[in-house]
Formats: sequence, C-alpha cells, structure tokens
Amino acid sequence: MTAVPLPTTAPPQWSPLLGRFSLEQLPFLHEPIVAATFVGVILGGIALVGALTYFRLWGYLWKEWFTSVDHKKIGIMYMVLGLVMFMRGFADAIMMRLQQAIAFNGSEGYLNPHHYDQVFTAHGVIMIFFAAMPFVTGLMNYVVPLQIGARDVSFPFLNNFSFWMTTGGAVLVMASLFLGEFGQTGWLAFPPLSGLAYSPGVGVDYYIWSLQVAGVGTTLSGINLIATIIKMRAPGMTLMRMPVFTWTALCTNVLIVASFPVLTAVLVLLSLDRYVGTNFFTNDFGGSPMMYVNMIWIWGHPEVYILILPIFGVFSEVTSTFSGKRLFGYTSMVYATVVITILSYLVWLHHFFTMGSGASVNSFFGITTMIISIPTGAKLFNWLFTMYRGRIRFDLPMMWTVAFMLTFTIGGMTGVLLAVPPADFVLHNSLFLIAHFHNVIIGGVVFGTFAAINYWWPKAFGFKLNQFWGKVSFWCWVPGFWIAFTPLYIMGLMGVTRRTRVFDDPSLQPYFIVALLGALLIAAGIGAMIVQYGVSIWKREALTDESGDPWNGRTLEWATSSPPPAYNFAFTPIVHDLDAWEDMKRAGVGRPLEGFRPIHMPSNTGAGVVLAGISTLLGFALIWHIWWLVGISFVALLVSAITHTFNYKRDYHIPAEDVAAVEAQRTAQLERLAQTQGATA
Amino acid sequence: MSDATHHQDVSAPLPASLTKLGKFWDLNEHDHPEGHSTMLGFWIYLMSDCLIFAMLFAAFGVLGGNYAAGPGPRELFELPLVAVNTSMLLFSSITYGFAMLAMQRGSVSQTQMWLLITAVFGAAFLSIELYEFANLIHEGATPQRSAFLSSFFTLVGTHGLHVTFGLIWLFTLVVQVSRKGLIQANKRRLMCLSLFWHFLDVVWIGVFTFVYLMGMLR
Repeated sequence: MTAVPLPTTAPPQWSPLLGRFSLEQLPFLHEPIVAATFVGVILGGIALVGALTYFRLWGYLWKEWFTSVDHKKIGIMYMVLGLVMFMRGFADAIMMRLQQAIAFNGSEGYLNPHHYDQVFTAHGVIMIFFAAMPFVTGLMNYVVPLQIGARDVSFPFLNNFSFWMTTGGAVLVMASLFLGEFGQTGWLAFPPLSGLAYSPGVGVDYYIWSLQVAGVGTTLSGINLIATIIKMRAPGMTLMRMPVFTWTALCTNVLIVASFPVLTAVLVLLSLDRYVGTNFFTNDFGGSPMMYVNMIWIWGHPEVYILILPIFGVFSEVTSTFSGKRLFGYTSMVYATVVITILSYLVWLHHFFTMGSGASVNSFFGITTMIISIPTGAKLFNWLFTMYRGRIRFDLPMMWTVAFMLTFTIGGMTGVLLAVPPADFVLHNSLFLIAHFHNVIIGGVVFGTFAAINYWWPKAFGFKLNQFWGKVSFWCWVPGFWIAFTPLYIMGLMGVTRRTRVFDDPSLQPYFIVALLGALLIAAGIGAMIVQYGVSIWKREALTDESGDPWNGRTLEWATSSPPPAYNFAFTPIVHDLDAWEDMKRAGVGRPLEGFRPIHMPSNTGAGVVLAGISTLLGFALIWHIWWLVGISFVALLVSAITHTFNYKRDYHIPAEDVAAVEAQRTAQLERLAQTQGATA
Repeated sequence: MSDATHHQDVSAPLPASLTKLGKFWDLNEHDHPEGHSTMLGFWIYLMSDCLIFAMLFAAFGVLGGNYAAGPGPRELFELPLVAVNTSMLLFSSITYGFAMLAMQRGSVSQTQMWLLITAVFGAAFLSIELYEFANLIHEGATPQRSAFLSSFFTLVGTHGLHVTFGLIWLFTLVVQVSRKGLIQANKRRLMCLSLFWHFLDVVWIGVFTFVYLMGMLR
C-alpha cells in the first residue's frame, strides 16, 4: 500500500539528553491560539500558587487532603479533578462548535487540521477518562462506605494512590497542550492511523501513557470498592438490603475490574507496535488493525455502563427520597442492574457493524444490543412507579432526575435505532451517532452527576447549595443540550459525517449555528453552576443544615452528622431492613450517647503522591523517549514501592475521649436544632 | 415490612432503653481484624491480571498463524528445552508449597530456605527463557519479523516479566521475614505471593499447551 503522508508533524529529532524534545515541539511558539491559552494558564497558575502560598495553605492541603486516606476527602478530590477536567473538555467542545459554525463558503475556520484533530481527540479522551470517570469514582468513594455503615474502604492507602494515578494521567493530558501535541486519531486511537507510520509524533504516546497511568488507578480503585462492599457492610445488611446506589457501585466496579485490564493489554500491544516495532496492528507482516478495534471495544462498551450504572443508582436514591417512598421494584432494579452488567459484554461489535463481520454476526450483536434496552426500560418504569402517588418534592436533584428521564429515554431510543445493522450502515460515523451518545452521556451521566452533587453536597459540607443559581444552571443546561444536539440528529440523518473540519454545502451552516447557540447556552449553564457553588460557599451560614438529614433521606449516610466525623459512625449501625435510616427513624431510635470506644483508623501517608508522581514522570519520559529518565524513574518507582512495604505501622486508634468529645458536640448541635424547631413550631 | 417481622431476631435481655439502641447500633463492637479484606482483594487483582493474559492469548490465537513468510513454530520451538523450563516452574511451585508449610509450622529459617530454593528454580526458568529468546533472535526470528512472533514474544515475555517481579517480591519478603519474623502481616504477604506464584504456574501451563504443544501441531 502507498503511505499517504497525513498532515501531522514530522518525526521529531532525537537527542540523548532531551529525547524527542526540542523548541519546535512547543506549539505555543507557533500557534497563536495555543500561545494565548498558555499565557492564560501561566497567569492563572501563578495566581493560584501565589494565593495558596499567601494564605499558607500548602501545609494544610498536604496534611489534610493530599495525603489523606479518608474516603470522603478522596471522593471530594475526585469530584474537583472531574470538574476541572470537565471545564477543559468543554473548552474543546466549544472550539469545535465554533469551527464548524464558521468553516463554510471557502472559509477554513480558525483551527488548522493539526489543531482541530487534536481538539476532538482530547475532548473525547478528557470527557470520558478524566471528567466522567472521576465523577462516578468520586461519588462511589464518598457515598458507598457511608451507605454500608463502614468507616473507610478496605484498602485506604490504595484509594489515595488510585486517586493520584488518575490525577497523573490528567496531568499528562494537560501537559500535551503545551509540550508537544496530543493524538490526532479520535478518542480510541485506531490503528493503522495511530501506528508509527501515520502518527510519528508524541501525540499518540501522550494518549497511551496518560491512559495507562490513570488505568492503574481505576483498576485498583475497582478492586478496592468491590472488597469494601463485599467485606465491610454493617451487620444485618444482606446483599438484598444494600441501597441501590451501592448495588450499582458494586456492578460498576465488577465491570471496571473485568474490563480495564483489557484496555491496559490493548494499549500495551499498541505501544509495542510503536516502541519496539512489533506487528500486532500493522497492515503488513501479518498484523491485524481490526483486532485492535475489537479489543478496545471489548473494554469500551462495558465502559459506558461503568459510567451510567452508578448514575442509575443516584437517580434511584433521589427518586425514592424526593417521592417520600420506598423505591418501587427494588428487586427488579437490582436484577436489571446485574443483567445490564452481564449483557454489556455481549454487544461490543455494534460499534463497527460496517467493518465486514457478515450478516449473522451483525444480527447477533444487533439483537443483544436491543435486549439491553429491556432492563433499562424496567428501571425507568420503576422510577416512574416510585413517583406515582408519591409526595414529590421538586428540589434540584429531583429536577435533574426528571430531565434525565425525558432526555435519556430519547437517547436510548436513538440507540436502539442504531442497533439495527442496516440502519447503522447509513448512520455509522455520522453526526447522528454523535447526537445519540451525547444524548445518553450528557442526559445520563452529566445530569446524574449534577443531581448527585446537589443531593450529597449538604452531606459533604454541612450546607445546601443555592437553589436559585442551581435552577438557572438547570434551565440553561437542559434546553441548551437539546438546541445543541437536535441539529446534529437532523444532519446525521442527512449523512453529515463526524470529525469534519470544513464543509462544502452551505445549506448546513444554519444547523451548525443553532448547535453553537446551544453550546453557548450550555456554557451559561456551566457558568451558573460555578456561581451556584461560589454563592453557596459564600452564604453558607444561611444554607447550613445542622440535622445531617436535610432531605429526609432513607439510607445510612443521612444517619450521621454533616460533614461526617473522620470515623463516620461512632458505633456501627445494625441493619434490619432496606432503607436502614428510614427504619431507624420510624423506630424512633437515637444515637448512643455513652460507652464510646477507641476507633481503629488508617493513618495518612504521602506514599501515594510519591508513587503516582514517579509513575507520571516515567510516563512522561516514555512519551519523549528520554531513556535515561525512563531508567531512573523506573528504578525510583521500584525502590519507593518496596520501601513503602517496609512501613508496617499504617493505623492508629482515635481515643475514646476524642470520640466522646466529637459526639458531645453533635449532641449539642442536635439539641440546639430541636430547640429552634420547637421555637418555630 | 411490618414492625413485627424485624423484632423477631432480637432477644437480648437488656433494659428497654438499651434494647432499642442495641438493636440498631453495635454497642459492643470490635475492630475489623487487620488485613480482613486482603486475600479477597488479591484474588480480584489476580483475576484482573488473568484478563491481561486472556487478551494476550486471544492475540496469539488470532495472529499465531500469521508467519508472514517467516519461520513458524515447527522450525523454532525446541520442545525438550521448553519441557525442562516447564519443570523448573513446576518445581518452584512445589517448593513454594513447602515454604508455606514451614510458615504454618512457624519456622522462620525453613520458610526462608524454601523461599530461596523457589527463587533458584524461578531464576533457572527465567534464564532458560532468556536463552531461548536469544537463540530465536539470533536466528532472525525477532518480535518484529511477523505477527506470530510479535504475539509469541509478548505473551511469553509478559509471563516472564511477572516471574521477574515475583522474584523481586520474594527477595523483599525474605528480608522482611528476617527482620520482623512470621508476624501476621508477613504471613499474609507470603500467602499473597503464594497465590501469585501458583497463578503464574497455571498461566504457564496454558502457554505451554496453547503456544508450544499446539504450535507444533499447526
């Protein structure tokens, strides 16, 4: 075959000291857009570091957060990471919308192909791996131990390490913006395009190593949460008394452990092709690019359920709480979740019906795909029947839930449409597909994350979020989503392909302009959300919740104070029923006020930061072929990992007096609350 | 559920106020035993590692016949050498078993001795494998030569890399046992390495069967 040179950077020169790095690899020296971004990031970074230094926060951050093994703090750090990366991914999105809205009538737009291709690749990678994944992992980390009445996860140090590995991956992606380039391959980096012949630069290597570093973190946190849910449930909490969110978290973590190793393996093979010159996915010497596509989707399809299952759990908790009822069809909800978990492994081929697997294979995967909509549909009916005759309170979490039900259902239906192989031959790689998966990911994962943030924020910080700005955000986001993606559905049906930079047909421009307006409305929604957080923190006195149970919740996380003490529960709760906290409230049982015991807790450690930092450095050295640094960082990683195992003292006891003091404060708080309530009544 | 059903399982003769509290809160709880989740967690980790091998086996299954006009298994594999190699690894599993028996008896010196014997077998296995690899590369059967050789070297090499890390871990544990003795934490670590070591043995059985034996039949 003839190698058509693609518009990418030439293979970089290599030097022993700096590897492939040279001044030419600094895009902000050549591209004004990147230069402006660079200046902005540098100024923002200096401001942030300056502020942290001025307010002497480094020691506090290090001691109380970065080295913390408390699942609650790690959960919050995941959410912060997710939000920061969400902003970055959204910046990419708006750049694409703007480019596509103006690149008509001979205009090239404002992004050159090299830049545009990086933008759509980075958008997908960041949104899935570094925004959505930290969101769901953060939620599970925060909520699951509280819901099962535990004091932490099974492996608290590993939890901290996992978080920093995820962050390390994010750091590598962000570094690619200013040092070198990111992949120009699309978010799954299919070979042969991602092979050395067509992508000789550092872009695909950034892709590989950021995902490998983060992938270690994800897999380990999956193992950790499975062990936690299996081993650390409060006495009496049988599997069928677990809150639905915990059930969905269990299934999601099973999916993580059973699919992320696949991603690790396939990326190892791709990197061997690129670094060693093997022939797994090459066109010649017997390699098979199609094998890559199969392998990566064997991870990729379960991945979308990894994102949505915990969010289904969020909606279940929210619907039942805000309808003031036990969840309708708890058992069927659990079975639906488990069925989806299993079926998610039997549908991967629907991502490439057009690649010539033949009618029988395509039919099989088309049918399994349609079957998945049955348990999903069952879930929707369960939520609807939970609301039926409930006393529904339309607080923000419930608003997001209703928006989800309407939006996600339509996304699900266009998914079933795509599952029909003949239809897929028309719609494959079109904007219809783009509209479909944004319909389910934004309508599902993003709306669900917002529902969850509004729902559990008072638990995490002790005050509710501002309603007004939350509603502004909601009313920008939901119509914004539909205005941005309905034109894409229409154009997709007309055959407009994805990832296109410049258009010939001027009749398409109005659709893209409408889509851009939708994206701007979403931007306003994000702005309102940030204002919501800011205003809520500023006016937190007025929004304070002293009860620890602001929504009249049903599960155990609401049984403790907000924010919960480091040890979560002074005494472990005993569970007799589903909705254990609701059961306790009905029985009128209070907290024990005496007889406190010392509580066994894990100690903080900086080892996670150190190990993940070295891993990130190792990834960076591998990306740039700086072999001496690869050697040094690999040895350093090994030595520090072994050194860490020589530390046998990893826990301590909180003395009984300290527990008693904290609990006395809580008692005083509750008495104060009872008095004020008595006064108002 | 009615109230009556969940009153049944409580029959402790406590005063009324405490009965209610004690029904919903564990007033007499004890710490979770140290390392209570470790074995389960390690099993789950092993299964995830097993999936990595599954993918490499799958790659070999798909690409194993793609010689690209280069050498195939019949020209390359020396079964007697591989048989010796296999026996090294199997022996190392037996001797690791002896180390665990010594650990159960509480004998530090014997545990260490059997661990070191295991290490010798493990190192012998690795040496033979490297010798085989060197021979293949010398004959021009490099990982770059064909997709068959790419997948062969990657599958067998990944297993070898695991054995290497197992050896590093083993030496670390020998040192830790000599420093702290057979305390609970060290016993737990020895049991994890035991699982790891036997797991690699099982994977090797797969490699021996599917790559070498069935390769000769291709």
